[in-house]
Amino acid sequence: MSRAGEFVVERWSAAERRAAAGAVIAFAALALAPLAIGGQGLDKLTTLFVYMLLAAMWNLLSGYAGLVSVGQQAYFGLGAYFALRLVSFGFAPYPALLVGALGAAAIAVPVSIFLLRLRDGEFAVASWVVAEAIRILVMFDLLVQGETGTSLIALNSYDPATRLVATYWFALASLAAMLVTTFLLLRSRIGAAGQAIRDDEEAARSLGVDVTRTRQIIYVLAAFGCALAGVIWLASAITFLPRTNFGVQWTVFMLFMVLVGGLRTMEGPILGAVIFFVLQEVFGNYGAWYLFGIGVVAVAFALALPGGLWGAVHARWGLHLFPVGERLVRGSVDARVARAVEDARSVT
Amino acid sequence: MFDAIVQGVLLGGYYAMLASGLSLLFGVARFINLAHGDLALLGAYLVLALVRRFGLDPFVATVPVLFVMAALGWFMQKWLFARTMRGGILLPLLTTFGLGAAIQNGLYGAFGSDAASLGNHIGNLSWDSFDLPFGISIGKLPVLTFATAVMALGALQLLLSRTRFGRALRATSQDPEAARLSGVDAERVQRGAAAIAVALAGLAGVFLAMRSLINPYSGPAELIYAFEAVVIGGIGSLWGTLTGGIVLGLAQCVGATVSPQGFQLAGHVVFLVWLGGRFYSQGTRGTPWHRRLLKWGSA
Repeated sequence: MSRAGEFVVERWSAAERRAAAGAVIAFAALALAPLAIGGQGLDKLTTLFVYMLLAAMWNLLSGYAGLVSVGQQAYFGLGAYFALRLVSFGFAPYPALLVGALGAAAIAVPVSIFLLRLRDGEFAVASWVVAEAIRILVMFDLLVQGETGTSLIALNSYDPATRLVATYWFALASLAAMLVTTFLLLRSRIGAAGQAIRDDEEAARSLGVDVTRTRQIIYVLAAFGCALAGVIWLASAITFLPRTNFGVQWTVFMLFMVLVGGLRTMEGPILGAVIFFVLQEVFGNYGAWYLFGIGVVAVAFALALPGGLWGAVHARWGLHLFPVGERLVRGSVDARVARAVEDARSVT
Repeated sequence: MFDAIVQGVLLGGYYAMLASGLSLLFGVARFINLAHGDLALLGAYLVLALVRRFGLDPFVATVPVLFVMAALGWFMQKWLFARTMRGGILLPLLTTFGLGAAIQNGLYGAFGSDAASLGNHIGNLSWDSFDLPFGISIGKLPVLTFATAVMALGALQLLLSRTRFGRALRATSQDPEAARLSGVDAERVQRGAAAIAVALAGLAGVFLAMRSLINPYSGPAELIYAFEAVVIGGIGSLWGTLTGGIVLGLAQCVGATVSPQGFQLAGHVVFLVWLGGRFYSQGTRGTPWHRRLLKWGSA
């Protein structure tokens, strides 16, 4: 009997099952939050959900697929722009938000065919160029009025309280759906393939991984998530300013949240988003020097703690709440007894 | 139209100056410095500060600033980039991008958001022009920028082809391990390359500030242009960078005659089409990195 027989592959531990149950309960509680929390609180939570969504998407792209994009603001802005356009054609605002995000994801398909042929730094800067080109094209639309921007006034037809709750639920549902999708995707073949490509593209290819297709699925999903964040932001802020909605600062924020929280974990970006949200609330008024600090802290984390805070937690206590990989653990006593019995049988 | 073409070619000189540093550092240390544009702006603001505080001539003030920028490049490579380079391809990108954000907002905090320019500190150079026959006039400042760029590239070429440091640099860019085995201090060479790259960025930033209004957030756009010039001209080739800069400058200036937004858009479109053409000529797999890298010797 080989020693390897003492190990079993584990995907769920007891702590993780509890965490999954906890997540379900947390989302259910958050769904009921409008009963207890006032308008301002809901608005803040909506902002937090946008941050979480952005961080999770950037982590999916950069952490798991190794695609460092500096151009995700393209979809953040494009989703909002499509939603505005649809509303101008007479769509109801909330369906327009969802369809707008889907439209941005549709644009991501041809863009991905182009961008995914590039590597590393070239991919990063070219994705930025694409975002800039899309922004300029959008600014040609008379509806947007160039630098002036426009706003989603159709939302004002709703009673303000109703609007806040509807936007909140839309944000919560989007976040939950995208997190679950990401989690399932990462545990599927595609997730494993993406990480294999990130670690060694040639080796993955030689094992039969369809590199382009895998990357494309992840890229388009991340684009859709960012577009959802963009339309939620539009519904929450009402105004649409091309330079803000297509601003590269969104990528700076994503970078900060993921680096501080922890790259390549499910939990890290969520934690990073909460930290970023709190910092924004406390220091947001300091303007440029606050943003300076954000940049410096992101660099410091990249240098000193590349795994982020959650990476440190995991290294210290081995805690993993939402496992996307498999792990070898020593088999339980029962399993070993059962195997010993089987061995004995085969001998006789 | 003829005006746009002349302007475009001269603007290409500025892009070559900006892009050569980016290309050099990429060639030697294999990472794209996403803070390159912001470092250019930092150089411009440092000159602006000296001019405002001490009433120096901008060209005089540029000299000490270039040394400061070179030192900054050296120490950033030593303390920052060299550490991140050990962490694979992801970390240098993240670090330089974060650094860029820090520089932008630091400049904003120190200098405010008002658009600034060196244009009003250089006397009539900012609007003077050479009058040529057939009613053509060419601005003196663009010509000076172009000439400086060609001189900077020429000096860099001489440095690379004639000096011991240049040979070590070319060796490091081709194969760091082999260079190390032959007794080259690759880390030191990379620091030297970073010093040159950041000083060149600062020099380009000064010319940018003389030509136009700048603000603390101008850096990212300049990085994008520099990168476009590098890719169009071919990574690792100095004079290719000049060609790339001229192609980009031409596209932008001709685009600007169509619409005000056309300046940026035409440049981006030419760049993206160029990339597309590269894929087409290479088939689907693309050339491996190391084969596209560096042709300093033949440059």
